[in-house]
Amino acid sequence: MADHHKPTELTGAQALVESLERVGVDVIFGIPGGAILPAYDPLGQSTLLRHILVRHEQGAAHAAEGYAMATGRVGVCMATSGPGATNLVTGLADAMLDSVPIVAITGQVSSAAIGTDAFQEADIRGITMPITKHSFLITRAEDIPGAIKAAFHIAATGRPGPVLVDISKDALSSTAPFNWPPTVDLPGYKPTRTPHPRQIREAARLIRESSRPVLYVGGGVVKAEAYEELAELVKVTQIPVVTTLMARGALPDSNPLHMGMPGMHGTVAAVGALQRSDLLITLGARFDDRVTGKLSSFAPEAKVIHADIDPAEIGKNRQVDVPIVGDVKLVIAELNQVLRGEDLDGFAAWVTYLQALKAKYVVEPEPTKEGILSPEYVIKRLGQLSGDAIYASGVGQHQMWAAQLLPFEKPGRWLNSGGAGTMGYCVPAAMGAKVGAPDEVVWGIDGDGCFQMTNQELVTCTLNDIPIKIAVINNESLGMVRQWQTLFYGERYSNTDLKSRRVPDFPMLAEAMGAVGLRAETPEEVDEVIAKALEINDRPVVVEFVVHKDAMVWPMVAAGTSNDDIMIAKDLAPDWEEEIL
Amino acid sequence: MNTHTLSVIVENKPGVLARISGLFARRGYNIDSLAVGPTERAEISRITLQVSVEHAGSLEQITKQLNKLIEVLKIVELEENAVRRELVLVKMKADPVARSQIIEIVQLFRGKTVDVHNDSLVIEATGSPDKLEALLEMLRPYGVRELVQSGLVALGRGSKSLTDRGAKVDRARPGVR
Repeated sequence: MADHHKPTELTGAQALVESLERVGVDVIFGIPGGAILPAYDPLGQSTLLRHILVRHEQGAAHAAEGYAMATGRVGVCMATSGPGATNLVTGLADAMLDSVPIVAITGQVSSAAIGTDAFQEADIRGITMPITKHSFLITRAEDIPGAIKAAFHIAATGRPGPVLVDISKDALSSTAPFNWPPTVDLPGYKPTRTPHPRQIREAARLIRESSRPVLYVGGGVVKAEAYEELAELVKVTQIPVVTTLMARGALPDSNPLHMGMPGMHGTVAAVGALQRSDLLITLGARFDDRVTGKLSSFAPEAKVIHADIDPAEIGKNRQVDVPIVGDVKLVIAELNQVLRGEDLDGFAAWVTYLQALKAKYVVEPEPTKEGILSPEYVIKRLGQLSGDAIYASGVGQHQMWAAQLLPFEKPGRWLNSGGAGTMGYCVPAAMGAKVGAPDEVVWGIDGDGCFQMTNQELVTCTLNDIPIKIAVINNESLGMVRQWQTLFYGERYSNTDLKSRRVPDFPMLAEAMGAVGLRAETPEEVDEVIAKALEINDRPVVVEFVVHKDAMVWPMVAAGTSNDDIMIAKDLAPDWEEEIL
Repeated sequence: MNTHTLSVIVENKPGVLARISGLFARRGYNIDSLAVGPTERAEISRITLQVSVEHAGSLEQITKQLNKLIEVLKIVELEENAVRRELVLVKMKADPVARSQIIEIVQLFRGKTVDVHNDSLVIEATGSPDKLEALLEMLRPYGVRELVQSGLVALGRGSKSLTDRGAKVDRARPGVR
């Protein structure tokens, strides 16, 4: 629809669809219902918008996240008022904590009924205020185009995040002239993208003065797609790197300067690098408690450079010496500009020390334990045989093993719920990723607990030709919780036994949903089923790997303790070797 | 605990106050006093907040978190010498004997008597929190029956205006040791 002198009269619903088309949406994950029903009428007529009818609104929200993570664009989900909207809450919270750009569109009861406890009324804007970057409640048709344009702008720019647009039913069904705002007018929203040159110079000075620097790389580098810049910074400075759970793949793991993932289940080399560092060059990371361990003993000798697009992250958990507010892609490019050609040769001893730690503490999983498959082996093998697939994981032990053992050689191929730790993220996120990147192999690595939370989206996948592959790592328990019970609760396994070797029968469940169901119980079968799964591209595949339930994730920094107390196995501390410098 | 006065300039839109009070509640910041009202520009409201914080870092974090709210235009911490005023209305028990004594006290504090009955008085007074506290101290012995107090409003001294058209200031005063 072109702009005319006299604006076209559209219903709010038509204006919504027109606006979504104009901001470039191509896919919406959602479920209709009473209040949002007017929107579904023109949505069904649209040739530009593909609506994927999910089986639960939580699935719609996670699918929007998966789509956003795989494409770098804004993901969209849609639901009706009341329970439809509240079912989005977990996905919105997840997107908030992991800074994923999504827009949720919800129907609301008619404006006259708002506040009367009407049928399927919920104050979803109020409910989601703490877990959205911003939210709108729209009660007039003429306000819809502006709200949609602003919502997508807010979701995608600055620190990305979820935005909710709640639209009353009467706003959708009444008519108004369609006016597409030429610009977004948000006087209170002006994210700082360009870093201050003085701060860049200060950062460069600290780098020159340091002898044990570390690049502490977080999810912001992934959101900013600053991969080339980061690779150059590493090349130019020869400074060792750690990539957090949200940043796995931002630099290839095979880079000799890459020390792996830091944090509660990080490598000895990565945790050691942070703890012994004299300068943290923090890029789009936020000093999360799962990375720092006990904050007061985190990297005690390090000065801190902290670059983030969100000024509120800077100085929130850790005092900072050089704060840099800006888009981390520009920040790293500026640092490269200043440091390129400089002779930074003081780090050799430091690098040698860390590389020795890295070589010494390699996790090399055995295929089986007591004749039963090791989950670590299964995940490692899956990565070896599948190569540069997109991987989405659930939350728990399998997530940590995936973060440790998958081949992170290419960026932007790792999706997981880092901040919120949302069990049930995997299947719908994998679905969203496959919709966004249909030519890629998309593997979901899920646990038997997580899988039982959101597996119904496999029905959606079957019916909509979204052939994802899900590996269910079945240890018949809530494995990470069980691990804590083993270590901290005297092996009293209260309510972590899922009995999921008895029910459900995962391959049969998969078949019931129109997917191919496979099972592996031996190392030979592992290779067979993975090869078979990789051949199937006309429908989803679920592979159950029956694994040992006593496997534990190591290394581990117990919650609330110092990173210095990292354990590489039960009651076994690493040998830090003698001081380097 | 240190007390600070923040002037928060916001877009005059529904839900802004809920966003701000919700932010304080969920991040565990204390609000001592809050006043909201219109400004000389219809599209803009001004919120005056008094907050108590343990250390300077928390105030900086409060300011940064407030700044992330899309509808917040500007946040300024008012200086020590800013003009700070509260309004108090007090209903006093006042028989004819006490009445004149009370009125005398009120006049000393440049307050007003706004309602008189046989056995009661309603007093209006404005001033700095210290002054009003002193007034109440004097009145209490006569018997306070009911009391209502506004939140603090405050304005910086000099010709500078916070609501001048312009971009968000103090946006990124990043954390320094």
